[in-house]
Amino acid sequence: MIVSFISSSIPLGVPLLFGSTGEIITEKSGHLNLGIPGIMYVGGISGVIGSFLFENSGALSLMEKGGFFNVLIPFLAIMIPFLSAICGAILMGLIYSFMTVTLRANQNVTGLALTTFGIGIGNFFGGSLIKLTNTDMPSIALTRTSNFFRASLPFADDLGWFGEVFLSHDFLTYVAIAIALLAEYVLNRTRIGLNLRAVGENPATADAAGINVTKYKYVATCIGSAVAGLGGLQYVMAYANGVWSNDAFGDRGWMAIALVIFALWKPTMAIFGSFFFGALCNVTFYAEGLGTTKQLFYMLPYVATLLVLIITSMRKKREHQPPEGLGLPYFREER
Amino acid sequence: MAKTAALELKHITKTFGSVVANKDVSLTVNKGEILSILGENGSGKTTLMNMISGIYHPDEGQIFINGEEAVIASPHDAFDYKIGMIHQHFKLVNVFTATENIVLGLEEKGKFDLKAAEKRVRTICEQYGFELDPKKKIYTMAVSEKQTVEIVKVLYRGADILILDEPTAVLTPQETQKLFAVLRRMRDDGKAIIIITHKMHEVLSLSDRVAVLRKGEYIGTVKTAETTEAELTEMMVGQKISLNIERSEPVDPQPRLEVHHINCSNREGVKMLDDVTFTAYSGEILGVAGIAGSGQRELLEAIAGLQRLDDGAILYNNPKTGKSDSLRDKTPIQIHELGVRLSFVPEDRLGMGLVGNMDLIDNMMLRSYRRGKSFFLERNAPKTLAQDIVDRLAVVTPGVTTPVRRLSGGNVQKVLVGREIAASPTVLMAAYPVRGLDINSSYTIYNLLNEQKQKGVAVIFVGEDLDVLIELCDRIMVIGAGRITGIVDARTTTKEEIGLLMTKTTAEGSETP
Amino acid sequence: MTSKTMKKHREPWLVISKRDDLVWWKAWLIRVATILVGILVVGILSMTLTGGGFAKIYSTMFRGAFGRLLEGNLMMVWPFFQKTAILLCLSLAVAPAFRMKFWNCGAEGQALIGGLASMVCMMKLGGTVSEWLLVPIVIISSIAAGAVWGLVPAIFKAHYNTNETLFTLMMNYVATQLVLYYINISSGGSQVIQPVLTGALPVIGNQKYLLNILIVIVLTVAMFIYLKYSKHGYEIAVVGESHNTARYVGINVKTVMMRTMLISGALCGVAGMLLVAGTDHSINENTVGGQGFTAIMIAWLGQLNPFVMALMSALVIFLQLGTAKVANDAFISDALSGIAVGIVILMLVGCEFFIRYSVKIRRNRKEGKA
Repeated sequence: MIVSFISSSIPLGVPLLFGSTGEIITEKSGHLNLGIPGIMYVGGISGVIGSFLFENSGALSLMEKGGFFNVLIPFLAIMIPFLSAICGAILMGLIYSFMTVTLRANQNVTGLALTTFGIGIGNFFGGSLIKLTNTDMPSIALTRTSNFFRASLPFADDLGWFGEVFLSHDFLTYVAIAIALLAEYVLNRTRIGLNLRAVGENPATADAAGINVTKYKYVATCIGSAVAGLGGLQYVMAYANGVWSNDAFGDRGWMAIALVIFALWKPTMAIFGSFFFGALCNVTFYAEGLGTTKQLFYMLPYVATLLVLIITSMRKKREHQPPEGLGLPYFREER
Repeated sequence: MAKTAALELKHITKTFGSVVANKDVSLTVNKGEILSILGENGSGKTTLMNMISGIYHPDEGQIFINGEEAVIASPHDAFDYKIGMIHQHFKLVNVFTATENIVLGLEEKGKFDLKAAEKRVRTICEQYGFELDPKKKIYTMAVSEKQTVEIVKVLYRGADILILDEPTAVLTPQETQKLFAVLRRMRDDGKAIIIITHKMHEVLSLSDRVAVLRKGEYIGTVKTAETTEAELTEMMVGQKISLNIERSEPVDPQPRLEVHHINCSNREGVKMLDDVTFTAYSGEILGVAGIAGSGQRELLEAIAGLQRLDDGAILYNNPKTGKSDSLRDKTPIQIHELGVRLSFVPEDRLGMGLVGNMDLIDNMMLRSYRRGKSFFLERNAPKTLAQDIVDRLAVVTPGVTTPVRRLSGGNVQKVLVGREIAASPTVLMAAYPVRGLDINSSYTIYNLLNEQKQKGVAVIFVGEDLDVLIELCDRIMVIGAGRITGIVDARTTTKEEIGLLMTKTTAEGSETP
Repeated sequence: MTSKTMKKHREPWLVISKRDDLVWWKAWLIRVATILVGILVVGILSMTLTGGGFAKIYSTMFRGAFGRLLEGNLMMVWPFFQKTAILLCLSLAVAPAFRMKFWNCGAEGQALIGGLASMVCMMKLGGTVSEWLLVPIVIISSIAAGAVWGLVPAIFKAHYNTNETLFTLMMNYVATQLVLYYINISSGGSQVIQPVLTGALPVIGNQKYLLNILIVIVLTVAMFIYLKYSKHGYEIAVVGESHNTARYVGINVKTVMMRTMLISGALCGVAGMLLVAGTDHSINENTVGGQGFTAIMIAWLGQLNPFVMALMSALVIFLQLGTAKVANDAFISDALSGIAVGIVILMLVGCEFFIRYSVKIRRNRKEGKA
């Protein structure tokens, strides 16, 4: 029971981990990107479109030929949605950076507009694909692609509870953890990380130190968006078994943003945070016996986020504060 | 040593919108030379230097480095030309250590190695005699330490041309001497040094040549050895003016405000005021001297009812009722309701004293909008007041409905001081009221303070320029690390005495009303 | 120094500088032009997606928003004004919070909880209390519910500086779940609440949307006066500009913050009440339908001026209804409206740059330089 609870909580946390790692990278450059929910939608739908085209191209049937195709086709089946998701998300990141860095627009409003736009894109293409498939179901199922994504280590089942908890997940789960660890390393141990943090803390200082502030902001926002976009992809392809239905992704994007505060802007903390949140979301499924009061359990993740917000704001430690320049536009010739 | 030009500016012009910051400026700095750039606040010194360091880009003109024309489009380009600038407002990241700040933005090949960088920082410190802990975080540092980080940062990058923007503004006289010694050593190493300042004695004691700017225009360059203070002043201001402040004897001084043993701490629990005791008398100007951040702000805010005290008492002797009221732990409104006429010109003009985005009328209302029981605002009286201040203090503004942030520094300060004086105070506190103002505006402010003193107001003046403090005030109270280290008679004291008291941590000196 | 590094140094070819001040009509000319270009972009996008002609797209959009107005049929215009009124009401609610630089992103939840309060009163008290008493109870309880939903984040922001953007966002979802919970326990398994007419707002002039619209018109004028001419409005502006200035003149920042959010939440509660007691007489989790988020952008684009916000609301509703109709006619997803609104708003937010800054191309001073 406990083992299966933990094991089933992890996939719920993965989109949040992608989202919050992406948002941390962006926030370190001084940009509070409220467009992340929209970006995750776009990541998801781009992946869906990619795999939809690939599945319908008939390439999958090549696998019957065996041999070389047994490796190539699964590789393509994964890489095409993967790259489409990243490209879609980066495009959104570019719009956000152009608006907030180059045009110095208000970050909150731009972010919200981008979320409206992104959810619109997701639902529009999702809805149009659904109409294209001519089924009665309000969703598109890409089960075959999903199977490639959900392939787990073959020996995981043999290792008992250890295998189930740690090794039984889809590969994107491990990608998410690896990206978070990598982000932590780059931010704290490399010259690029030092420069990026300086840009977020005090862009005027970074500029005077010869750092290309604009470039850092653009790149950080776009990489952050790409990472967040993978969260949308993981949700559709691995968690939802390749089924896209409109609005199903829900409010995970907002939770990912809240997790950033929970994680105190540290990607490694985001790993624990997102799996904890995953577990909170999961509680609902285990609360069947409670009848109608079960609905109240859906509130848990949000209430937990609120508590985290309150608690982190109550203890004030210098190192636990958001980047000093967060949310402020930078113009070198300001006077 | 043959003098070769390290840096040459030719016909530089820069405008911001409709404001001309620099107009056709040409000047030269040689290797192994210290050049002072002298000019009033607002004369375009900093803008000019920002163009050399790549923060701004000139609209017109050329820059030559070592005889070759250079395009400096960004600070990064400036580093490539081995130009280093130490900004007046330090460009440091607070949550980083000294070393992290020093290596910031460097593009070195190989592994990122903070340990090796720390070592190099230590070497540079030894070479020039700096005291600096490479692992210390900036936000825990004193101002002079921060400046050291800035200088080491420039040296670490191997700069040959150093620009220092008002480096002594935050230093004690003793620290200033130390800095000058370092600068002379660098000059002897063959570096070209430009120092921006508006303090005459620094120019005369340090530099080899002086370039003067006035209202963005280049006036000329003279050899320091061949000039006099009077000549430089005339070049800088454009007319002969007497720089004497008239100081009258206090008339019938009465104890107006008594501060007894107050203590207070900031949010992080650091003690900002430590057992502060003094009395401000009516009809006198009490100066407050000290290194920036020694507790001046907290002291004034405590009196104004903006700072919670840990203990101690603040008493106000009301001249009308003859009663003594306690101001401790009262809000500004409660203090006002007690009938205390307390005016306060805070250090942060547009962030505290005024609202930059509001027009003059709405800014006049800040203190008075509560008057009357109506739910709605009354804008007629504030409008009259705004017009009155504009006329009386010759504020340059398109009108009373212009947002104050559009006004120049001097005019902003006139609006603020004008409003505070309009309340006919019995106690007037002013923190750094002439910071960033040109000479004429500064003297307007000094005259206003003197006028108030003669009316019998108890004036508390927090200043940074010791020469001005000694000339203007009746007594000078020195504050160091939150403690009063001495109260001296301004008529008999010297700068050196005050300088020593500024760095002292134990009380000394005697109460001489 | 190597010649390599020298070559990299190019002069910036664009000169960007802050404008002193743009004459108001020029600024509005830029905004109106942007709106027109935005509508053009939306039209071109719709054309590519649906294959319809230029004139057809715009006539469909017009019909979607205003119905057969041109044929003299006024019936279909009412929903347009109703939707505009609700969106405007929500924007009016967030405006004072924004003036205070308090990012209330919780209009959606505050309105929903207000609507829920209406629904609960209508269902539970309907029949036990007389109608003339029930309507005021419905009104007061929904205002109170919205106000509480707005006050809670303000309390934490005031005392602990808790991030209000995320706090209010999370409160939205708590409200959604409460609505779902209520539907769950009171619908008897059908998951749909049948319309309840007890305690509903009266219908005036035989036009069920008219009362809503009138209420919002009154609120618009009231909010304009409140922000511009009242002492409260002045305090809000000072707090928004600088907490330090507010402290300096003795304004209690915490009180102002909580009072303003109380008003903000209460107005959202009114919007929820208008939706539930005034229009739908029922509730579901999509009753507010994301307009709480759109309202944030409306308030910003309207420069927090209630009258400009009214025009912006009308523009967005026109786009939403128009493009939804275009999409429906072409049998594609009506999420097209989200894309359309996103595009136009992003363009409007972006055009502010050209109002605040001037961009000039640097004239070449010297030819043939490295």
